[in-house]
Amino acid sequence: MSFDGIPVYKKKTYKKSAELSGAAPKKHDFIVVGSGPIGLAAALAMARKGHKVIIVTAFDFVPAGSKGICYSKEALDIFDQLGVGERIVDKGVIWNVGKVFWGESTDPVYQFDMLPVKDQKNPGFVNIQQYYVEDYLVDALEKMDNVDIRWGHKVSGIDTRDDGATLTITTRDGDYQLDTDYVIACDGSKSTIRDLMGLDFAGRIFEDSFLIADVKFKQSRPSERWFWFDPPFNQGRTALLHKQPDDIWRLDFQLGWEVDREEAIKPENVAPFIKGLLGEDTEYEEDWMSIYTFQCRRMARFVHGRVIFAGDAAHQVSPFGARGANSGLPDIQNLCWKLDLILRGQAPESLLESYNIERTQGADENILNSTRSTDFITPKSETSTIFRDAVLEMAGEHEFARPFVNSGRLSAPTPYHISPLSTPDGTEFAQGPKPGHVCVDAPIVQDGKDGWLLESLGNEFTLLYFGDTPPQTKIKTLVLPNTGLASDRYGANTSYLVRPDNIVAARWAHANTQNANTQDVERAYKRALGEEA
Amino acid sequence: MTNQQTLMTKPNMPDHDDIYEALIDAHDGLSLQQSMKLNAKLILLLANHIGCKDILLEAVEQAKP
Repeated sequence: MSFDGIPVYKKKTYKKSAELSGAAPKKHDFIVVGSGPIGLAAALAMARKGHKVIIVTAFDFVPAGSKGICYSKEALDIFDQLGVGERIVDKGVIWNVGKVFWGESTDPVYQFDMLPVKDQKNPGFVNIQQYYVEDYLVDALEKMDNVDIRWGHKVSGIDTRDDGATLTITTRDGDYQLDTDYVIACDGSKSTIRDLMGLDFAGRIFEDSFLIADVKFKQSRPSERWFWFDPPFNQGRTALLHKQPDDIWRLDFQLGWEVDREEAIKPENVAPFIKGLLGEDTEYEEDWMSIYTFQCRRMARFVHGRVIFAGDAAHQVSPFGARGANSGLPDIQNLCWKLDLILRGQAPESLLESYNIERTQGADENILNSTRSTDFITPKSETSTIFRDAVLEMAGEHEFARPFVNSGRLSAPTPYHISPLSTPDGTEFAQGPKPGHVCVDAPIVQDGKDGWLLESLGNEFTLLYFGDTPPQTKIKTLVLPNTGLASDRYGANTSYLVRPDNIVAARWAHANTQNANTQDVERAYKRALGEEA
Repeated sequence: MTNQQTLMTKPNMPDHDDIYEALIDAHDGLSLQQSMKLNAKLILLLANHIGCKDILLEAVEQAKP
């Protein structure tokens, strides 16, 4: 089954909107546009905070095709906050180790571990087909009575004003309008809203193309990310092998720029690559084939009045590094607590600007890493190729050369070096996440039960306190002892003010005083709400 | 790693003629491409030995045409 050439994983039901049946038009707090993982996560985050949610999406199905398969620890922590993390981890293939091979050698020239800090709830990475992630998010949304997913409702117009926007929605039964205070635009790299508003999306195009061959076969191989430079089955180019659930494997082959896409994707032309990698005798079934090229770019701003862009609509990277959905999800986590508090009147509207400041920094770091990986994988000059080969030739013998090998720097949280919400440190810290950095997880015991630090932080402002005499404050306080792994990771006799997105807003060391100062905590809290500069 | 935090541009070693000769001799019989790779390896080895981003970036600037 397919729709406009897009294969369908699960059909959804289009319903005629009440607006087209004469219902009185209502003004909405916000509308989510797009039903990819980012739009669905935005909807679920807001719905779980008790808001009425409308999602409009041109699709009336969950698309098939594995697409984005790697979900980072940070993404899994966010899925945990949305209540779908454990389902994703249970279905997914857990992996932490990546290996890089060069030429015919079966010994890796380089390997890395995506979870250098052990004893955290979630693994470094989980591989799972994107349609499972979307399906689980839709499942969670469909169980809520404050959610209205409008399948087959396409945005065709937007009229913006200072205090909101009017969306024109096109359906098979005709057009209607939605009047809203805010728009959360998660409508992907070809964002209709971005185009309708005539907004920029500048960046760099890379002259290379890649073949994805997702194939099903039964063979026992480790669930590691294997990457080849110049393998015998794709000489002078690269290849990737990565496991997904259901005995499906992601194979990815660099093809070069001059390629006939229609020819390249024919089974008889794909087969030599697959058999070259897996062995002549391997029996496999094709699951999903695709040829992709890519760009690294972002919008200059993610907030345009009351229209907020997130995910691929706002920024796009090469796939090397799994920084697509894994950076869109932190967008949503960053945005949703702010929009929630603004809608409740508990934070000023100006708090939204911090989303723009923080997440454009995140996008820049992702684009930087992704561009560097691409320059290593697809060298842009003869000299660049020579340096790349020099690194690979030396990496086997010399340990020093291995960290130069760049087959994709895999998605890691991007700290906010500049944020109006962060309070700078007043004292020196030997360890622990700095203001603007995401909290590290650790096993903890609460009320006699084993649990995890990130779970206990939950989804609200928390004062994380290590010691015996926490300050009196209206902010939720999590008191932990000065012993154990959590204290090792954060430091004994410290306090951390943690935002709902698990980012440190401020921290204090109080070894020589009885308490973290209540006034300091309250001041940092106000600052993190955008109330004080 | 050296303690020096800025790029040394005054003479900093003896035996200049020996070192120069060794650098040139290493390229004997190599094609231009092989030579370029040898140079790339040398740069990477020395960069790691120097181990200081500021000094290396300054050297890159000084070397630019």
